Amino acid sequence: MKRLLLAFALVAAPALADSDLPPAPLANTQLPDPEQEAKAKALMETIRCLVCQGQSIADSDAELAGDMRAMVRERIAAGEKPEAIRAWLVQRYGSWVSYEPPFDRVTWLLWAAPVLFVVIGVLIAHSSFRRRRA
Amino acid sequence: MTGAKKWAPLVLFILLGSALTYGLAKPESSTIKSKMIGLSVPSFTLPAAIPGRPGLSSADLATGQPHLVNVFGSWCVPCMAEAPQLKQIADAGVPIVGIAVRDKPENLQRFLGRYGNPFRAIGADDSSQVMMALGSSGVPESFVVDGQGRILQQQIGPINPEDVTGIVAAVKGAR
Repeated sequence: MKRLLLAFALVAAPALADSDLPPAPLANTQLPDPEQEAKAKALMETIRCLVCQGQSIADSDAELAGDMRAMVRERIAAGEKPEAIRAWLVQRYGSWVSYEPPFDRVTWLLWAAPVLFVVIGVLIAHSSFRRRRA
Repeated sequence: MTGAKKWAPLVLFILLGSALTYGLAKPESSTIKSKMIGLSVPSFTLPAAIPGRPGLSSADLATGQPHLVNVFGSWCVPCMAEAPQLKQIADAGVPIVGIAVRDKPENLQRFLGRYGNPFRAIGADDSSQVMMALGSSGVPESFVVDGQGRILQQQIGPINPEDVTGIVAAVKGAR
């Protein structure tokens, strides 16, 4: 019976339940300095929430997203550069955590694709115009 | 137009179409492995989460003895499910230390009273900061840390009965 109950509890409870602690102070409170808050906000919009994957930590209501926002605000208030905070997170979770993909071995095609397509387009246009003239 | 040239766009289209369909159909993995494996535990100090058990700092993990670091919370259901396995691991002589994420002392006391307390030390991580520093993205997670404080292995999700032997061997095999 106990086992059955546990099995039900595992199925019924959300995979990531919430704790009893209130959100960290800086999770939902803006920094007093508007310039710092703007920097923090811009960074938070490009950091992916680890729980509701697909949302930024600025958009997510998950507790961990709140803790991540608090971390970002604390570090910005302490004078840390946004890119240093992003690097700190990428070092731990991989570039997955950032919505700004870096230019590297895996992503070069992503960045190069627009240029490649323009070049291909110009080549096609060039050859078809020439054919018409001939 | 030659034959090959005529069919090239169609072939390209089919290739691209299959690649995109595969990408859409393939279920996306939602576990995020920590990139800290192989690196030293970042420096941290956490206060004691309950009276009677010391808190936890990164220095405690570099005393020459390997540890199992369990990231958990009394509010987390899978953490209850892994409690018997943690007890087994502790009984096998593996030192286990805990990081209690976003927990209240009274809830934690109740949790440990009900499911057992295999922890030598428990640090209170009230705003998930040490959890993030470890590259952990939820509870429960466990890290095998060697005597120099280097992270060797990460277990994402609860420790199941079949994981016990492997984890005991990993900690015992560490230096």
